[in-house]
Amino acid sequence: MQAHPVINDFVVRFANVNGTGSASANNMFAKAIFRMGIPVTPKNIFPSNIQGLPTWYEVRVCEKGYLGRREGIDIMVCVNAQTMKNDIAMLPSGSYFIYDSTKALHREHMREDLHYLGIPLTAITQREYSDPRQRLLFKNIIYIGAMTALIQLDMDILKKIIVEQFQGKEKLIAPNHQALELGNRYARDHFECPLRFRLEPRDLLGDKILFEGNAACALGAIYGGATVAAWYPITPSTSVVDAFGEYAEQFRIDRETGKNHYAILQAEDELAALGVVIGAMWNGARAFTATSGPGLSLMQEFLGLAYFAEVPAVLIDVQRAGPSTGMPTRTQQSDLLSAAYASHGDTKHVLLFPSTPAECFDMTRMAFDLAEQLQTPVMVMSDLDLGMNDHLSEPLQIKAETKFHRGKVLTAQQLENIERFGRYFDIDGDGICYRTLPGTHPTRGMYFTRGSSKDEYASYTERADAYRRNMDRLAKKWETIKTYVPPPETYQPNNCSRDGMAFFGTSCHSAIEARDELNNAGLTLDVLRIRAFPFHAEVVDFMDAHDRIFIVEQNRDGQMRSLLINELGIDPQRLVSILNYDGLPITAQNILQQVLTSAGHQAVTSASMPGVSS
Amino acid sequence: MSFIKPNFRHPGLLPNALGFLPSDYEGLLSTLCAGCGHDSIGAAIIQACFELNIEPHRLAKLSGIGCSSKTPAYFLGNSHGFNSVHGRMPSVATGANLANRDLIYLGVSGDGDTASIGMGQFVHLVRRNLNMTYIVMNNGCYGLTKGQDSATADKGSKSKSGNVNVFQNIDLAGLAIELGAGFVARSFSGDKTQLVPLIQAALSHPGFALIDVISPCVTFNNNPGSTKSYDYVRQHIDATATVDFVPPAEAIEVNYADGEELDVTMHDGSQLRMKKLHPGWNPYQKDAAVRALHEASATGEVLTGLIYVNEVQEDLHAMLNTCDKPLNQLTERELLPTIQSLEAINASLR
Ligand SMILES: Cc1ncc(C[n+]2csc(CCOP(=O)(O)OP(=O)(O)O)c2C)c(N)n1
Ligand code: SF4
Ligand SMILES: [Mg+2]
Repeated sequence: MQAHPVINDFVVRFANVNGTGSASANNMFAKAIFRMGIPVTPKNIFPSNIQGLPTWYEVRVCEKGYLGRREGIDIMVCVNAQTMKNDIAMLPSGSYFIYDSTKALHREHMREDLHYLGIPLTAITQREYSDPRQRLLFKNIIYIGAMTALIQLDMDILKKIIVEQFQGKEKLIAPNHQALELGNRYARDHFECPLRFRLEPRDLLGDKILFEGNAACALGAIYGGATVAAWYPITPSTSVVDAFGEYAEQFRIDRETGKNHYAILQAEDELAALGVVIGAMWNGARAFTATSGPGLSLMQEFLGLAYFAEVPAVLIDVQRAGPSTGMPTRTQQSDLLSAAYASHGDTKHVLLFPSTPAECFDMTRMAFDLAEQLQTPVMVMSDLDLGMNDHLSEPLQIKAETKFHRGKVLTAQQLENIERFGRYFDIDGDGICYRTLPGTHPTRGMYFTRGSSKDEYASYTERADAYRRNMDRLAKKWETIKTYVPPPETYQPNNCSRDGMAFFGTSCHSAIEARDELNNAGLTLDVLRIRAFPFHAEVVDFMDAHDRIFIVEQNRDGQMRSLLINELGIDPQRLVSILNYDGLPITAQNILQQVLTSAGHQAVTSASMPGVSS
Repeated sequence: MSFIKPNFRHPGLLPNALGFLPSDYEGLLSTLCAGCGHDSIGAAIIQACFELNIEPHRLAKLSGIGCSSKTPAYFLGNSHGFNSVHGRMPSVATGANLANRDLIYLGVSGDGDTASIGMGQFVHLVRRNLNMTYIVMNNGCYGLTKGQDSATADKGSKSKSGNVNVFQNIDLAGLAIELGAGFVARSFSGDKTQLVPLIQAALSHPGFALIDVISPCVTFNNNPGSTKSYDYVRQHIDATATVDFVPPAEAIEVNYADGEELDVTMHDGSQLRMKKLHPGWNPYQKDAAVRALHEASATGEVLTGLIYVNEVQEDLHAMLNTCDKPLNQLTERELLPTIQSLEAINASLR
């Protein structure tokens, strides 16, 4: 007997072998759902490998618009014999298992409580195609085609995506279309379609886009005026610079001369990458680097120099699971402490926490303004989940007549009117001094940039009072910075609970979903999304306004909680860690269970949330 | 011996063609030990820039960390300077140069700064042919941390405490030639007549120029048995040629009749006029240059002068095809794609 249908609310997971062309087919699947106007969240779960190891692609469809990962799988499409056993074992009762039935399933793979749908993918491709590469590739297209019958994925939309994808290679369109039809026909002929889980078109997405964070950061760098990019390859940040290069080729080549209005340098390591950025920004060009944890570790000494010598720098840290090499293709938010306090001595750095591609774009652009205005490094703390997966996002926007805010840089004319230039005088009382660029004026404004102690004229000094004055001014500048960084996002017009929950970056969607579920379970929480370090005054207000605050983060040690305690002097008893650090994006169920457990509530039953397996 | 008589008698009194006095090229009072070779190199830099009529503000000086790297504070006080971190000046100079290709970049480093902690950055700087002059103040030891052997200390050289270095030395000049540097010279801090024209030629070279200058550390490595002491270097110096720098306006054709005179014409038309002293040396031939270095090192001689030159190489900007206008002068107009472009990108993501 068929249970009642579930519309636009399920998870499909594809199990593939890395390097077999499944990625583009799976992307097409998500894109088609997006174009059907239904909220969709695809996530790659991929190995640190180029070819041969297992890879998964998980797509959550959620009419209600929750975009976090959800636990529990409703439909598994398994085209990887290596992982079949585990893929089957992990399925909740009642889910569908779609597999290549060219060979019969082994008895040990049979479970009474699953629906098995075998499609002889290999046999079909053997029959239809002669080229071995095509046989491999079209397997993927065939199972996507089957989805048009099984879950009512829109065939016309898929076909249109293929037409767009193969512009310039039109010959490939027809065979791809044919493969879709093969899958559709096989499913219609052999199964009762549609399945219980199915799609219905909606119009829920407005002008939203489906985009990945790394490319959005790259565009942010383009629109932020970056002309120099220096980097050393590391997953998951590599595609930031790759995308920057592609956009630069599109937008930054002088039409007349054919010359580049940008320079991209693959450095010998991350030390050099940041050194190049510092040298370029010292000299007045906007520059950035992109890296991940291991690279950030190597950049520590230079970050201290830039902090102390007050040289702007922009760094995009696409975080991955550490420590050390950790799990290089899994996500985490675990570089917070090493970024916030990077380098020896008393140092503190500005961090921005984007949570959507649109925010990757905005914050990367903003990072250049902030770095130059504040004369200090600014780090955009993205992560693998945000950077390398497609996300539903507001469109990218920029104001007409956008101007770069270059900060306090003196012109030759201004130097003419100054009796004696002193690089480190706090003229305005905000801790931010005036700087000059090399080559500005023939006889005025020269100074010596150094990482050693100096007086207001930038002259070397070991005088205790001068050193202290400088350190105190830097502390004052830190206070000023709090007024420059973006305020947190609040989600309720007024606080209405003694309990709060704070989160940042990619924990955002799951945290909001958990908040709603907790509300249903009778626990009301005010919530706040932290968008920057140092903490804005509104973050302080929120912490003050609540007795107990759950701090949601994707690392083991509660690094954001430590920062809050350390910077704001909050009683540690009041901050409760809600953690996820297995390398997979955090889920609402996980947050919900942890909050309820720590709040002393009974764990909710799986009935109240789909996909929670007991 | 010098071919060109300076066109002024008292360099301290008369301004150069731009109207700057030598004092306009000086810096703060040095805090190095009296007699330190590094100070002589600083003085040579001052003279070279004065005579070359460099506008001080068009030059940026950069360094790493060490006694040597402190010297930019003691010369060219009217130029911007950047004393970075230990061994990492090459990357900072690379970024600075990428940002503004119109300035002259002068890097100063030590043998520890370059041949040990900074070796990685140094070799990559050379292979990128960044347009800069890179001077190593080479004393065979770490002066600032009190005299430990550096990687350029010769095998068998004795330190002040009597220890004999057992490790193979790194020859930065040979290494740079190997990595494709277009201008490689070696000199001695005590030989200003040779050093000044070499610095001038290096500054005129349109790519990476290395001058490895033996610069004795009087406090930690000037003892008998050290191969980087004043006495040792004076006794074993073996110049490739005498050198004079002839600025572009004065350069004239010369004949090579006796085969002993050699003019190297720099990119801007200036010339290095040399009288060959070392048989077999030929600055245009990599093999001959490397062989001359090897032969000198085998006999414990210190081969100085221009060692290798190759003027026809693309610098980093040419390799990256960057625009002629310095990147730091591009504005919103050149850098910002239109709002319509962003709309088109959004549309492509739906
Ligand atoms: C990362 C780091 N390690 C160690 C030091 C300590 N240190 C300062 S100068 C120096 C050696 C400098 O030697 P060299 O470059 O030959 O310069 P010299 O003083 O001989 O001119 C060292 C090891 C440092 N400043 N930074
Ligand atoms: S310690 Fe040596 S290198 Fe340093 S200043 Fe003294 S003499 Fe010069
Ligand atoms: Mg030294």
